[in-house]
Amino acid sequence: MTKRKERIDRGIKVRSDGIYALNSYREILYLAFPRLLPVVGLLAVVPFFSLYWQEVIASTAIYALLAVSWELLYMTGLISLGQSLFYGVGAYIAGALNASWGFPIYLTVPIATVGGGLLCALMLLPVLRLRGIYFAMVTLVLPLMFSRLVEATRILGGTNGLTGIDSFPNHWISFCLIQIALLVAFFGFRRLEGSDYGLVIKGINDNDRAIMSSGINIYWYKTQVLFLAGAVGCFAGAYGAHHDMFAGMPGFALDYSILPIAAAAVGGMGSFAGPLLGAFILVPLSEILRALGALRIVFYGLFLVFAVVGLPEGLFHFIRRKYEQIERWVEVDK
Amino acid sequence: MRTDSLLTVSNVSKHFGGVVAVNGVTFKLKKGEVIGIIGPNGSGKTTLVNIITGFIRPDKGKIFFKGKDITGCPPYTITDMGIARTFQMIRPFYQLPAYKNLIPSLFSPRVRRLVGGKYGDRDAVAMDILEEVGFERDSSVPYKDARNLPHGYLKRLELGRCIALRPEVIILDELFSGMSIAEVTSTVPIIEKLRDEGIAIVMIEHRLLELFQITGHVLVLNFGRKIAEGTPEEVMNAPEVKEAYLGSEDVAKEEIGC
Repeated sequence: MTKRKERIDRGIKVRSDGIYALNSYREILYLAFPRLLPVVGLLAVVPFFSLYWQEVIASTAIYALLAVSWELLYMTGLISLGQSLFYGVGAYIAGALNASWGFPIYLTVPIATVGGGLLCALMLLPVLRLRGIYFAMVTLVLPLMFSRLVEATRILGGTNGLTGIDSFPNHWISFCLIQIALLVAFFGFRRLEGSDYGLVIKGINDNDRAIMSSGINIYWYKTQVLFLAGAVGCFAGAYGAHHDMFAGMPGFALDYSILPIAAAAVGGMGSFAGPLLGAFILVPLSEILRALGALRIVFYGLFLVFAVVGLPEGLFHFIRRKYEQIERWVEVDK
Repeated sequence: MRTDSLLTVSNVSKHFGGVVAVNGVTFKLKKGEVIGIIGPNGSGKTTLVNIITGFIRPDKGKIFFKGKDITGCPPYTITDMGIARTFQMIRPFYQLPAYKNLIPSLFSPRVRRLVGGKYGDRDAVAMDILEEVGFERDSSVPYKDARNLPHGYLKRLELGRCIALRPEVIILDELFSGMSIAEVTSTVPIIEKLRDEGIAIVMIEHRLLELFQITGHVLVLNFGRKIAEGTPEEVMNAPEVKEAYLGSEDVAKEEIGC
């Protein structure tokens, strides 16, 4: 007699994704709980944290924005190893507009978001035909190139960076701005993913020739996705510049490229919630580990290895399965 | 270019390195007409389809659609104009339910232009089209993920994706290969219906019996060259065809059953 694990979907799902039959408040709560969790968590719980941890969460949100932006590209089949390109471009645009030309914050952030998104899409336009590792290589090189360009030509403050950037008027504006932006990006992208548009961009990843034979210009769609992902990343950069009152070469540093990918790997790729969850584990974890001093990176690395080996599907997919399915052991006779 | 023909392939050639895949092929397709393209394996049939649909650029020759030169246009532009194709190597979206496989086609600029934004529910339209190509509407089949469907269904899913585009020309690249006899028999009327609706069809096929049932106009390729064109009888009696494609006369007679 052997046993087998049987998995049964909770009976709430009707036929396909996104169509639900709700019969009771309990079922509504069942659906609403995971969706409300980030909203309530970010807007109602975090404000009661100490100032230090609020700042940690704000910087987590920056990484989470980059991770969500990374996931959108990943869904379309564009592997980005250079999220720092978005961060750096956003930071430098906002910084230069504010510090050099005196634009106020309420103009610099929107301009950096939209303009930066356009600029990033434009820069990656020539390599849009590349896929997988080839596209990834170019995205890896671009931010490195930019930081060397700034260093060599001494434009935009050179190695010193741009200082004297306005900070946000007060802590609460700054805090609410980043949390709301994160929620908007997260739920906006989720909505996009569920629409027919999302089906097409995921189709481009799956099987771009079939999408082309459906009469859809995949390069135009990839450009749109690059703009969207770029704009979200550039917003994170613009926010970062005003938050730190500094924009400089560290904006193009590898941290901003690698951490979003690590977050996606830990949290689970293939959904926006995964990278979000990943970022909210990794960044605070790295803060907690500061107590260990020099050993911090060792433990951080060990955690990454264990997380990825132990739950290769990602934490989010694991939790979701436990939440949506009833598991039980049933006996099977041979 | 004369405009009485819908699709004109004029003297098209393509070689890969030293191999001549397609060598000076010319044919014309009129509205509502079905052309069958047959030939041994490796005779350049699929390459020809890839050239017409823009996946491969020809070295020589031109392709005209409704009098317009479409040589070298990207695949999505060609599809957008009204040429839909199936793939011999099926290319469904394996992760998606069958009916969702049609959504990209229904979402395409062409379809949205044709229906003028009033499509209603795309899922419902997708379901109608799937029923048309033989998916049982009231069963779970249209809702199953494509990766769980048998090969015959996936082939018909390819056809459904073409129909969803409301094309003027459909190119079927070995639609029947991998289908069971029953599936082939039930698919033939679908193609005949499309033909009667005035859609021009290019059929690449190895199943001659069904092909000859659908069309009286056949073209034979061998080593990338068109060696014969005409009615099934004319083609099958052409000495080049007997020699190159069917090997010997006896086999030819057996195949077409005359």
